[in-house]
Amino acid sequence: MKAKVFVTLKPGVLDPQGKAIQHALASLSFEGVEDVRQGKFFEVELEASSEKEAREKLDAMCRQLLANTVIENYAVELE
Amino acid sequence: MRSAVIVFPGSNCDRDVAVALEKVTGQKPHMVWHGDAALPKTDLIVLPGGFSYGDYLRSGAMASHSPIMREVIKKAKAGTPTLGICNGFQVLTEAHLLPGVLMRNAGLKFLCRDVWLKVEATDSLFTKAYRKGDVIRVPIAHGEGNYFADDETMKRLEDEALVAFRYTDASGNETAEGNPNGSRGNVAGIFNETRTILGMMPHPERMLEPAHSGTDGRRLFEGLLQSLH
Repeated sequence: MKAKVFVTLKPGVLDPQGKAIQHALASLSFEGVEDVRQGKFFEVELEASSEKEAREKLDAMCRQLLANTVIENYAVELE
Repeated sequence: MRSAVIVFPGSNCDRDVAVALEKVTGQKPHMVWHGDAALPKTDLIVLPGGFSYGDYLRSGAMASHSPIMREVIKKAKAGTPTLGICNGFQVLTEAHLLPGVLMRNAGLKFLCRDVWLKVEATDSLFTKAYRKGDVIRVPIAHGEGNYFADDETMKRLEDEALVAFRYTDASGNETAEGNPNGSRGNVAGIFNETRTILGMMPHPERMLEPAHSGTDGRRLFEGLLQSLH
């Protein structure tokens, strides 16, 4: 089974990298970019007998390693 | 005083802290490879600075799951004094031995320079050789030292006086200018609830003798020696 995992900063957590990217876009003349938040994206291939099992495994992976839940949220999409 | 320095692939202050420990305690520390499963009998565990596992994923994230860390977490939770410096602090937060997280510096740049710190708490085996309110000069060298924790955690750190060191200006004022990386509450180092675990971003081992341009870091190791013999 293939999964996509998105790890994003929680709202309210400052993202100086996102801000720097926003400014770089402005300096490239892209107008109207109101905000940029940088995150991480993982493609995971895993063995699982059901969607439920896959989701449980991925949830544990996110909590234990892929995301730091002090500052990050995560979302999982199964293909 | 017996000490064990954990060496991860990518650690680069392991030798510095080993030299500091030997100079102050007179005893060579055990250097313990991250892949080992067991710790030697020790009075102190040290997680050194560096870039363990190349800072993959997040600083300290991979190291916090390495084989030796199972033993470190067990021993630290049982009360063996544990010191994490720089990357070691990042590993301690990722291992949930200390609360919060160290994010990218607010100014995005890697910073390598001396900073001023105020000693906030002296009732610990790490800080007992300082006087409360001492302002000391110690170097930092990090890109991700921006301490963040939620409001509730920050309140607990303050209420229980678990902040060990704070960034200040040269006169000991907690100013924005004195805060090199954007850390909440100017936090440079914190204890766990029992004050047996200390994580700090600055490098006391690099300010040990006059050739380092100062000796303000030495008292941390002297305090440990007084406490642990």
